[in-house]
Amino acid sequence: MSTDTTIKGSLGVPMKRKEDPRFIQGKGNYVDDLSFPGMLYMALVRSPYPHAEIAGIDISEAMKVPGVVAVITGKDLEAAGLGWLPTFHGLDKQMVLAIGKVLFQYQEVAAVFAESRGAAADGAEAVQVDYNPLPVVADPFTSKKDEVLLRPDREAKTNHIYHWEVGDRDRTDQALQASEKRIRQRMWFPRCHPAPLEPCGCVAQFDKMGRLHFHVTSQAPHVYRTAVSLVTGIPEDKIHVISPDIGGGFGNKVPVYPGYVCAIVGALKIGRPVKWIESRTENLTSTGFARDYHMDVEIGAKADGTVTALKVSTTADHGAFDAAADPSKYPAGMFGIVTGSYTFPTAHAEVDAFFTNKAPGGIAYRCSFRVTEASFAIERGMDILADELGMDPVELRRKNFVKKEQFPFPSVLGFTYDSGDYHKTLEVALEKIGYQALLKEQAEKRAKGELMGIGISTFTEVVGAGPSKHFDILGIKMFDSAEIRIHPTGSGIVRTGAKSQGQGHETTWAQIVAEELGLDPQNILVEEGDTDTAPYGLGTYASRSTPTAGAALAMAARRVRERARKIAAHLLEVGEGDVEWKDYKFQVKGVPAKSVTMKEVAFAAYTNMGQNEPGLEATQYYDPPNMTFPHGAYIAVVDVDRDTGEVKVRRFLAVDDCGTIINPMIVEGQVHGGLTEGFAIAFMQEIQYDKDGNNLNTNFTDYLVPTSLETPHWETAHTVTPSPHHPIGAKGVGESPNVGSPAAFVNAVVDALSPLGVRHIEMPVTRDKVWRAIRDAEAKKGQS
Amino acid sequence: MIPAAFDYRRAGSADDAFAQLQKLGGDARVLAGGQSLIPAMRFRLARPSVLVDINGVAELDYITMNGALTLGAIARDSAVERASWIGERGWSLIHDVSRVVADPVVRQMGTVVGSLCHNDPSGDWPAVALAARAEMVVRGKDGQRTVPIDQFLVDSFTTAVQEGEMALAVRFPAPDDRTAGSYQKVERKVGDYATAAAAVQVSLNADGTVRGAGIALSSAGPCAVRVTDAEALLKGQTPTADLIRAAGEAAAKQSDPQADLRGSVEYKKNLAGVLVSRGLRQALARLGVQS
Repeated sequence: MSTDTTIKGSLGVPMKRKEDPRFIQGKGNYVDDLSFPGMLYMALVRSPYPHAEIAGIDISEAMKVPGVVAVITGKDLEAAGLGWLPTFHGLDKQMVLAIGKVLFQYQEVAAVFAESRGAAADGAEAVQVDYNPLPVVADPFTSKKDEVLLRPDREAKTNHIYHWEVGDRDRTDQALQASEKRIRQRMWFPRCHPAPLEPCGCVAQFDKMGRLHFHVTSQAPHVYRTAVSLVTGIPEDKIHVISPDIGGGFGNKVPVYPGYVCAIVGALKIGRPVKWIESRTENLTSTGFARDYHMDVEIGAKADGTVTALKVSTTADHGAFDAAADPSKYPAGMFGIVTGSYTFPTAHAEVDAFFTNKAPGGIAYRCSFRVTEASFAIERGMDILADELGMDPVELRRKNFVKKEQFPFPSVLGFTYDSGDYHKTLEVALEKIGYQALLKEQAEKRAKGELMGIGISTFTEVVGAGPSKHFDILGIKMFDSAEIRIHPTGSGIVRTGAKSQGQGHETTWAQIVAEELGLDPQNILVEEGDTDTAPYGLGTYASRSTPTAGAALAMAARRVRERARKIAAHLLEVGEGDVEWKDYKFQVKGVPAKSVTMKEVAFAAYTNMGQNEPGLEATQYYDPPNMTFPHGAYIAVVDVDRDTGEVKVRRFLAVDDCGTIINPMIVEGQVHGGLTEGFAIAFMQEIQYDKDGNNLNTNFTDYLVPTSLETPHWETAHTVTPSPHHPIGAKGVGESPNVGSPAAFVNAVVDALSPLGVRHIEMPVTRDKVWRAIRDAEAKKGQS
Repeated sequence: MIPAAFDYRRAGSADDAFAQLQKLGGDARVLAGGQSLIPAMRFRLARPSVLVDINGVAELDYITMNGALTLGAIARDSAVERASWIGERGWSLIHDVSRVVADPVVRQMGTVVGSLCHNDPSGDWPAVALAARAEMVVRGKDGQRTVPIDQFLVDSFTTAVQEGEMALAVRFPAPDDRTAGSYQKVERKVGDYATAAAAVQVSLNADGTVRGAGIALSSAGPCAVRVTDAEALLKGQTPTADLIRAAGEAAAKQSDPQADLRGSVEYKKNLAGVLVSRGLRQALARLGVQS
């Protein structure tokens, strides 16, 4: 046969990202790059009040602004039956434009459509809204009292949204009572925001036949199509959702926002395309925030450090609407992962969620639904326990880790951990960071009164939602899908139901297919985000792409290979049973010299297929049998300046185990990005409200995103424990660094301050808080 | 984030800019680097009816070093940062500040004179100009005049530049070879306003006593604060650890910050003292004096 064009071994190769030449040359295609003839711009009028009755809206001045075409209000939408929007898990609904009253500052009140962005902004400024302020509920503990009922529209006349619990309460209480050592700590994971650099936006356009083409920054375009159909009543075949290039999502671009509905309504009513692009302020103040969990963590242990019980009671602040994008059956997401990497004989976790006059959300910010909160609780708790026991936190963890022979491990809160080797990952981390030398240095520094801390976090994640028996969004099961078409010349196109927002799917998906088929990944085109062409999938978030769509893709590639085998048999003139796939090509069993490459088979599939079905394509829908459970061991080393409270992160090592690695360079990039976010969350980020419900972090001057100049140097390493149920053993990695690192940072700072008697410090660990903790601790010491 | 409508004039010369300002009156604003003005306009916090852009006026784009240092109205922060004289000991205060003003991108466009005219209480240059005893060159109806920096910085976002006037330059007096300075700043991240910052410049006599000290704080009140008590404490004295601590305490006492997301009042006051002491120690170390 002809020359061998087989590409061997595309898996595990640090291939440069195929999408990057486009991005670094400024040739990306984002929603705001789109322009259509006759396109209008939309601007939203937003409430300056956190809670107020709307006495009236006067649009007459706005309509006089040159260029303004139309203004719509909540009343208009309500009349059209579009006043409310269901939230994804189906537990609540959200106002599209305020109806009767506003429930949070910056809530959407009216939409202005105009010929230019400037005219739309001027028009929005000219809309006169008459507000009567109402009492404000700015925290969940005040909300709990039900003195001010925020949501009279709901059947249940209470601010309490839900109670969720898992585990055995009585047994856990008894075990805590009986424990030789018991710790209890209130810890708050602050409200933070994913703050993607590209804010949310869309262009809504109806074509001449009345079909909606909706370009939008969506992490889950198919779910949007179904949601838009359900909300508007437009048949789903008349809706075409396109997610073009996205400048970061991190969970922020999973929910459907009011602005999208307004843009669609505007386009329909006016008969012209409508573009809406949020400002930074709008993104930070009104779109999905994350966390805001007040957690009471209790751990019981024997005197030797063996843990006996874990109890976590959480009060959650969901804001004005419960717009958390969790799977239907999991109002508190995967919070049950809170037992972490440890063998607790009993545990109990509960979450009570409340409405407040704050922006709605509770979305999964680079986190598989509340896993970050849970990981922080257990990893901080284990450090406090170690401190109380006078035990090295490393020793405490080693003692209580799930052992590798215990996998698959049934956790006491209901998960079955697929695989892991926690001891090994920790040992690699300790060895690489030089733990013993650091302890020695720390002892010397402490003798001189210097503050140096070492913080450890050995987390376990649960990702890849998820098996259809447990997971759905709006009733749609959380499977994913892939479709492969191989062209006659051996290149191909791949589509999945996922949607990259920077994760590098154009590269990793090509690598998976190339590995399975012995083709060149450079010639495998990956296309996502267009609901007219891509198979139905639930999108990209919760580290689910590789566990779900990636699995579907590997399986689809194997289907292609099985079809190719028949054609190979025809070409090799042997029976199909005599053909084996070996060394990335088909060969006659026992006769390596008689072989054909996939490229040759591809050509034959269109030119010389014999009795076989022409073409070379396959589609696969994949319902994962289980979640995957990545884990890691992170170590932070910090120095604290006593006089200024400044914390310098001198070193940070992340050892991740995400199973089989598809592209180590992309994994490293993911880890760097997630660690930088974790660093920001630990030290600088909080969406803060004053007691009157005013948002204090409305732009990047006050909501801090670190630059390369603040960001520590990251050290990374890996262990590989493949997932036993995933076709290629991969687990997903995007979120591990965000999930695992906050506890490592805080543990390091508390460790630095522990000689002064400091036991806990709340995030964000600002200089002021550190300085205060030192001053208060020293004052206390002075008194005793 | 869309500014209200405004008119735009591009000045061809300093005379042209001045003539336009005279003609347009109070609603006109000079556009230099625009690093504060344009964001304020985008938030609609500033709504000038017309901007007079001086970025194309070559005669205002200069740095002259003639013993004293003079920076023209559109001399960029980045040009100061890269200037060759900056490594000289006498200019160490300017050296330090030129590397920490805002962030590298802002420094590319931002101007020193523009920052002084903006007179943000959290800006870097006002405190530095106080410590270095700079003076401003202002053009008014009656021609050019020189205004000492203490009189120039009137109040928050207010200077001695009157309606229809424009600042042409800032002048820093020549330091001798027994002068050094230091700029100490704590910020939450690069580009943030200072949580607290201290500008320090010290001149020594031949016998090692302090001939004069300039000490000023940023983010410590409605306007940059000259720490007169600390300056007085140091004058004529031999610098010791105790004296430096006392100067820091005077600074903490005189600072009058506001609580905000950057920190509480007590934290910021503490920080002002710590940074003044550190600045003094560094300036003295640059003169070969360990304290």
